[in-house]
Amino acid sequence: MTSSVNAVPQARVTTFALVGNPNCGKTTLFNALTGMRQMVGNYPGVTVEKKVGEMFSLHGEPIQVIDLPGAYSLSPRSPDEAITRDVLMGRLADTRQPDQIVCVLDASNLERNLFLATQVLDLGLPTILVLNMMDLAEAKGFRVDTAALSRELGVPVVACQASHKVGIIELKQAMGRNHPPPSVRQWRVPGSMEPGLAELTACLTTENKIARSRVFSEALMYLTDDKSRNEAGLSSRCQRVIEEIDQRFRQKGFDCHEAVVTARYHYIQEVCDRVARGGAANTPDISDRLDSVLTHPIWGWAIFLGLMGVMFFSIFTLANYPKEWIESGFAALANQIKNSMAVGDLRDLITDGALAGVGGVLVFLPQILTLFFFIGLLEDTGYMARAAFIMDRLMSRVGLHGKSFIPMLSSYACAIPGIMATRTIENPKDRLVTILVAPLMSCSARLPVYTLMIATLLPEQKVPALQKAGIMMALYLFGTATAFFFAWLFKKTLMRGETPVLIMELPPYRRPSLPSVLMQMISRSKLFVKRAGTVILGLSILLWFLAAYPKAGSGSASPQLAQSFAGKLGRSIEPIIKPLGFDWKIGIGLISSFAAREVFVSTMSIVYNVEDSSDVTLPLRDTMLKEKWPDGTAVFTPLVCISLMVFYVLAMQCVSTIAVVRRETNSWRWPLFQLFYMTGSAYLASLIVYQTGRLLGF
Amino acid sequence: MSSVRPLSQVPPGAEAQIRGFDPLCQEPHRLREMGLLPGTTIKLVRWAPLGDPLEVKVRGYHLSLRKAQADHIEVIYSD
Repeated sequence: MTSSVNAVPQARVTTFALVGNPNCGKTTLFNALTGMRQMVGNYPGVTVEKKVGEMFSLHGEPIQVIDLPGAYSLSPRSPDEAITRDVLMGRLADTRQPDQIVCVLDASNLERNLFLATQVLDLGLPTILVLNMMDLAEAKGFRVDTAALSRELGVPVVACQASHKVGIIELKQAMGRNHPPPSVRQWRVPGSMEPGLAELTACLTTENKIARSRVFSEALMYLTDDKSRNEAGLSSRCQRVIEEIDQRFRQKGFDCHEAVVTARYHYIQEVCDRVARGGAANTPDISDRLDSVLTHPIWGWAIFLGLMGVMFFSIFTLANYPKEWIESGFAALANQIKNSMAVGDLRDLITDGALAGVGGVLVFLPQILTLFFFIGLLEDTGYMARAAFIMDRLMSRVGLHGKSFIPMLSSYACAIPGIMATRTIENPKDRLVTILVAPLMSCSARLPVYTLMIATLLPEQKVPALQKAGIMMALYLFGTATAFFFAWLFKKTLMRGETPVLIMELPPYRRPSLPSVLMQMISRSKLFVKRAGTVILGLSILLWFLAAYPKAGSGSASPQLAQSFAGKLGRSIEPIIKPLGFDWKIGIGLISSFAAREVFVSTMSIVYNVEDSSDVTLPLRDTMLKEKWPDGTAVFTPLVCISLMVFYVLAMQCVSTIAVVRRETNSWRWPLFQLFYMTGSAYLASLIVYQTGRLLGF
Repeated sequence: MSSVRPLSQVPPGAEAQIRGFDPLCQEPHRLREMGLLPGTTIKLVRWAPLGDPLEVKVRGYHLSLRKAQADHIEVIYSD
């Protein structure tokens, strides 16, 4: 028995679920209703965002609102849609079935939006319909009689323009009703299905004790969506009943799903004929005219490349200023503590472990915020779907979806926001493949390493900048080509299965709402800090520990790092990395790079400059060039520089990315797989480069 | 003259009536739920700049499908 707090009678907060098609303005409405009183989390076991907010009715009573993922139908095609159905039907263990529903419709796209609405109204819960974007509908010359629609469907209908906060008071008023009646189904089931449905509802009521109000929609779901049958804990008798009915229909060649969809649309058409007027379909509206430019074979590309350029530039350069402020801020703070605290391990733990870890998390924030700002803007305006439309052909060559493009582009800045941006991809396999290859796109953390290695490779002053830029470009191209190669390979092998299907709405263009873009940006970034932050912090402290212990004796000649676990690790991996041309000192750099790749540069400067007992701090490059193997040959030959660059292009060396992939895929399997396939191919590629180079006499 | 042909054979800018999906059509359920039913008017708006996917207008909204799917949607087109 569970002794529960529910035993104490208390006023239960009414819960509303907000449901609607994608692009119907549901999130804008959610923001208008709840303001900043929102919590974003995940549904357990899946990476679908769970958004819950709090609001107050006009009488001041608290109301809880769940913003469900956008769905076209309650027969789900993506994990998002499955969550929407499961919450609405009370099929999730940890989320209570909502008490009431607010179903949001895009008034300018009434017919298709009403399809989901008829499914929602079948659920038998008190429901309010919101006709959103009335302004857009009217601009199209489309008029809807809300009172007539309310009479037809038997539920309150509120007209809204959520983006302008019009109709919010009226909606709040409707949400504060006392004892609202449950919705009643108005459309008629195809006659041939009625006996079977009656039989199944009777069975579900007696055997599975399903409440009378929602037994109809549940029975209909089992008959029209065979996948739903396996997920539900149905009694064996009900399962038999379903199979029998299924058999009967199949013998007659009758498709239940088709019949039900046709019946719904037939009903919708009748309702629309009575309540809506106008909307001459053939006059091109603003969206049509914009599209003829934005998806134009020439202008479309020009604008697309321009926009991507601006986005990339902002992530790469603009976000770099706040990034540097954060870095220098944390460095100053660490210095402050170093000066004011007594020398010791505690001080070092705080400055080199904890502070470095927190800084390591926050340092990603400017890029993540910038990227999410752009993504929010692209989504809000409706351009995102066009970008996918333009890029789909290219991406489909390697078996991916047009929507994989933005995450991959973003990964040039940083794989973390890129991986988080894959949430817009519905197909789980496409999403996983995109996550797996995204870190191969050269991120900005590799840039300092590339710069250092190119400088070491071409140390002369007179080398033209163009040549250096050319090498840099080649490194980026190499990473990108490898990413596409592995995407293709994974789609051919691991993620085999159905050829990708694209059924993507191109929503009308809209003026973006800045508050909603900002709100989305903040809530997504919060999730990153909360989820990835803890892992990054923990691992930073671990890496500090490895570098700080065991202590070198005070009289010891070699530096602390060489004595430490990290140093020992570097030495112990030397036999493995020697075939790539790397010595144990580079090994320490490789290991420390796991905190973040750019750490390689600072580690190398510690390894070399500290060891150099002279007070003159030579530029790192010059020290590296003087570095010799025990037999007197130079360590950083051009071949080793190239081998090292190849390694950095391909290797997975970022705990933050591993942490995020772990969060996004909900298992350790995929981040570990990624670690091994990327680092493995890095090892192989470097080995081939170095050994072939040696054979050729370099 | 009206003829039955795959949606992918409708000239850009022209309208046709959906007749049905052939057995090779993927995800016919979702296409129906999106309002693509026998008798529905569908307009092929344009092809993407790279020649795939295509954009259609149906029930007043725009939808993007790949040629591989449009090949299996039968329409009645009268020229």
